[in-house]
Amino acid sequence: MKRSIVCLAVGVLLLSAVGTGMAKEQELIGAGATFPYPLYSKMFDVYSKEYGVKVNYQAIGSGGGIRQLINKTVDFGGSDAVMSDEDLKAAQAPVLHIPTVAGAVVVTYNLSGGPEIKLTPDVIADIFLGKIKKWSDPRILSTNTGTKLPDMAITVVHRSDGSGTTNIFADYLSKVSAEWKEKVGTGTSLNWPTGLGGKGNPGVAGLVQQTPGSVGYVELIYALQNKMPYADLKNKKGNWIKPSITSTSKAANIALPDNMMVSLTDSEAADGYPIAGFTWILLYKEQKYGDRTEDKANEVVKLVWWMTHQGQKYAEPMEYAPLSKAAMEKAEKLIKSVTYGGKPMMK
Amino acid sequence: MLESAGQMIEPLERAQAESVHHRPGFTLSEGAFRKILYLAGISVLVLLIAIFFSLLLASMPSMKALGIRFLTGRTWDPVTSHFGALPFLVGTLVTSFLALCISILFSLPISIFLGYYHREGKASSFVKTVIELLAGVPSVIYGFWGLFFFIPIIRFVETELGVAPYGVGILASSLILAVMIIPYSASLGREVINLVPNDLKEAALSLGATRFEVIRKVILPYARSGIFAGILLSLGRALGETMAVTMLIGNSNFLPTSIFSPANTMASVIANEFTEATGAIYLSSLIQLALLLFVVTTVINIIGKIIISRTSVT
Repeated sequence: MKRSIVCLAVGVLLLSAVGTGMAKEQELIGAGATFPYPLYSKMFDVYSKEYGVKVNYQAIGSGGGIRQLINKTVDFGGSDAVMSDEDLKAAQAPVLHIPTVAGAVVVTYNLSGGPEIKLTPDVIADIFLGKIKKWSDPRILSTNTGTKLPDMAITVVHRSDGSGTTNIFADYLSKVSAEWKEKVGTGTSLNWPTGLGGKGNPGVAGLVQQTPGSVGYVELIYALQNKMPYADLKNKKGNWIKPSITSTSKAANIALPDNMMVSLTDSEAADGYPIAGFTWILLYKEQKYGDRTEDKANEVVKLVWWMTHQGQKYAEPMEYAPLSKAAMEKAEKLIKSVTYGGKPMMK
Repeated sequence: MLESAGQMIEPLERAQAESVHHRPGFTLSEGAFRKILYLAGISVLVLLIAIFFSLLLASMPSMKALGIRFLTGRTWDPVTSHFGALPFLVGTLVTSFLALCISILFSLPISIFLGYYHREGKASSFVKTVIELLAGVPSVIYGFWGLFFFIPIIRFVETELGVAPYGVGILASSLILAVMIIPYSASLGREVINLVPNDLKEAALSLGATRFEVIRKVILPYARSGIFAGILLSLGRALGETMAVTMLIGNSNFLPTSIFSPANTMASVIANEFTEATGAIYLSSLIQLALLLFVVTTVINIIGKIIISRTSVT
């Protein structure tokens, strides 16, 4: 009996020692988008080694990140989508959208022989609306002269889980097709007119790879890593664009608004890939809320600055599109507008 | 005898003496022990009621906004906030009952084999272990296995029959669910068949009954309600199974038209859409879906209990 009490006491002492030891080290908590998660983990790992600040980022999805930010349970949120008016209102205070990297969504397919195909915006929309039902449709053939396409039914594969990838893809289709905009619209989950659903990028990729004649959409980074075929798309300026990290970055070479709450889909940029978008860090413009210390607010601002500057060099090796110069300048301005108790935190 | 009784009394007295002197120690009185048991029993009840009410409370916004349309609507459109759960309700019930029908074909023979034909021995304990292992396999592994084993076969059949060769759909999910629930009904079935009194079996045998006749006339009538309880337990598992079904059902929000159609289940929709659900009505609708699943499971269990009590031999 006595011995167990002693053991317990020692245990408690040890635990409390560990507890105080951890409290000394600053820890920031973030939550949100899964898309930038691999990159963020790399960045935060490097950052904690350099500055001794641990960042705990939970990849719970953009929607979850926004919810957590609104509930003020995290220091920053991560999102692939701009916050909706409803969410901005729920947040009660201005929220900044600071872009970190850009990503793209590619149209992938399963055709025997792995031919390279080219698709126009209206054809993609009509395939996903279920109006173009066969690969031998004259509208597909007209942009793919010289490519042998089978007389096979098209099986559409989409995401079954709510996803920022779906949001970017639907945003693009809404811009290029009035019918899509009216019938389906934009969102992280949709009422799909046709097709099968797969969970996550791997789920969609798995269904596409298994189903002959199928077509789906996945993140560029996922298609690159898994050597999946993807279609060249015609952008707004009428150029055929092969999806790549460079053409994704170039999609941001447009007039960007100061708040950076901008969609890059169907970009005006001449050599930009049309289904691209930023991923953002979300944080409150006024950092003095709840019982936040100035110290903590400082650490958040420093971290975000680092991510948009020194951290950018980790993007390309991991197949993310780094910020273009114009985007980085806008991001700087946004970070400089962060205040603590009304006073700007960076000069 | 007397001596041992004396020894029994001694520690009891000591314990009483200790409690009088308030000496700290680990003695648990009969009353306190009973209280702990009551507490454990009540906490389960409280937990169940608490889950029900928290689901009910959280689904209020969607109940107010959608009303009965939630149950009758066929469109699930997060963009326009129209939420009809009928396709998912149908999908859940169809896959689960189809799985049940398939699984009985296997679980009943297994339980007779282990409960009557080979009650002991190496082969029997080997089979028993394998069944227990099957019950412990994580559902994501079943999902993957289904994806790489069932789907190509089903796609081949679909191509031969001339229907759309999706592979995934109601049939694929029902098959994998059937495999997943066999261990539950088989184990419970074996237990109750084991419990059939030997007197009855021997009496039947002595009257010249064959083994098959013993099974039909003695074992099955006697063990009927227990076997049914096992099936019910496995149905509960099938109704709520999420991961494997999500991987194999095709996640299409339409009412299924054949067993080859892709469909969706309530559990799978919740798992798919909850993380990215924004907007009060959307979130609340998903929770109402959980409530619906909860209610469906409860109703099926109550019906099952009634059937069990009617069929049991007393």
